[in-house]
Amino acid sequence: MRAFTALLLRDIVLSLRSGGGAWLGAGFFVLIIALAPLGLGPEPALLKSAAPGLIWIAALLATLLGLERVIEPDLQDGTLDLLRMSALPLEFVVLAKVLAHWLTNGLVICVLAPLVSPMLFVDAKALWVVAASLLLGTPGLSFIGTAGAAVSAGVRRGGVLLALIVLPLNIPALIFGAGAINAVQHGSDPRQALLLLAAFSLIAAVVASLAAAAALRLNED
Amino acid sequence: MLHYANPQNFLNLARRLTPWFFGAGIAMIAVGTYLGLVIAPPDYQQGDAFRIIYVHVPAAWMSLFVYGSMAVASASAFIFKHPLGDVAAKAAAPAGAVFTALALATGMLWGKPMWGTWWVWDGRLTSELILLFIYIAYIALWDAIDEPTRAARMARILCLVGAINVPIIHFSVEWWQTLHQGVTVFRTDGPQMPASMLTPLLIMALGYTVFFVGLLFVRMRTEILARRLRTLRLNIEGAFA
Repeated sequence: MRAFTALLLRDIVLSLRSGGGAWLGAGFFVLIIALAPLGLGPEPALLKSAAPGLIWIAALLATLLGLERVIEPDLQDGTLDLLRMSALPLEFVVLAKVLAHWLTNGLVICVLAPLVSPMLFVDAKALWVVAASLLLGTPGLSFIGTAGAAVSAGVRRGGVLLALIVLPLNIPALIFGAGAINAVQHGSDPRQALLLLAAFSLIAAVVASLAAAAALRLNED
Repeated sequence: MLHYANPQNFLNLARRLTPWFFGAGIAMIAVGTYLGLVIAPPDYQQGDAFRIIYVHVPAAWMSLFVYGSMAVASASAFIFKHPLGDVAAKAAAPAGAVFTALALATGMLWGKPMWGTWWVWDGRLTSELILLFIYIAYIALWDAIDEPTRAARMARILCLVGAINVPIIHFSVEWWQTLHQGVTVFRTDGPQMPASMLTPLLIMALGYTVFFVGLLFVRMRTEILARRLRTLRLNIEGAFA
């Protein structure tokens, strides 16, 4: 447990202090939201109906940002070899890394999203669904993303490959997340979508931590 | 089966069987094409346009079948350390991607005259498109990692994660489609297909499968030989270093 906490704290500190880590994802998220009206036009009705998809696409893309630094530096500087030898099972190493990534990336987006959603004319009463859907869904994004990062670690120009691997696998989160916000905007019950979103995150937690741990175990020459 | 886990034994077997699979596959596709395009009666609603199903439906079936076989091959490599599992999955991927692209392309060609549009965001079309992206990601991962054994290990993990995720994506897309539009025009349970229409379809599907196995053998042989070549080259370079 102490090893787990130490690793978690180390990863959080690293991502906060190295080159604006956490704020990069948050800034990127806000930027996409701000770009949307410039591309789509300032029509409130149009922006409102596009908002659920835009918010979730922005979340999907912003989650990608920190991923390159979740596994790759540890592979390059040999930390991964030490982690492989340590008593802490690699599944828990993955869990610590996912948690660190989510706290510095997903959670920030969850907090920011309700603040910037009114720019897209999302109703005040729908804001809790925006926050809830991101809170339930972004952990799943971090899990799948970390598995993708583990599989593509050590690849030259791995960032593009990472996006290619992770984005299709994250489609269910996009569908259910945007679906929940859509539902509440149309006056229906968002709970079905939110439950499915939670289910996605839970499945992602199981599958991705096993897959990422297997990848870390085997990702050596 | 264990006998053919040895790459050399497999190479010998594959070399002997490849012409038979290709021959039988091409023959069945030829017969199926003839039966489908000439003998089968035109559809009472769609006329002759329905005949594209003889290319389209087997391709769509194959797109899923090939991914399934890749997942089985990857699992056998992952669990039993089967030496040919990764080779088989790698060799199958481009074929599967082409089947997927073929299913999409023929579907669009059929959709234009029938639905009046090249593309609709229907559940099945969308999940087929996502399947294509997953194939591309798998192939890209193989290409991106230089060292073959490491590439093989990472690719089999990705293939298995994808295999778990494909049904989830499929059902989420279905959910999404029904959420947005209650229309299910494209799922009308049409009249039972008469035997004269169904038989060519099944012959075509079998032909596609047999042809695919032939193609798989060729690609697996190429891959095994390429790896040997690589080892030889590394040894030679090592000797002079």
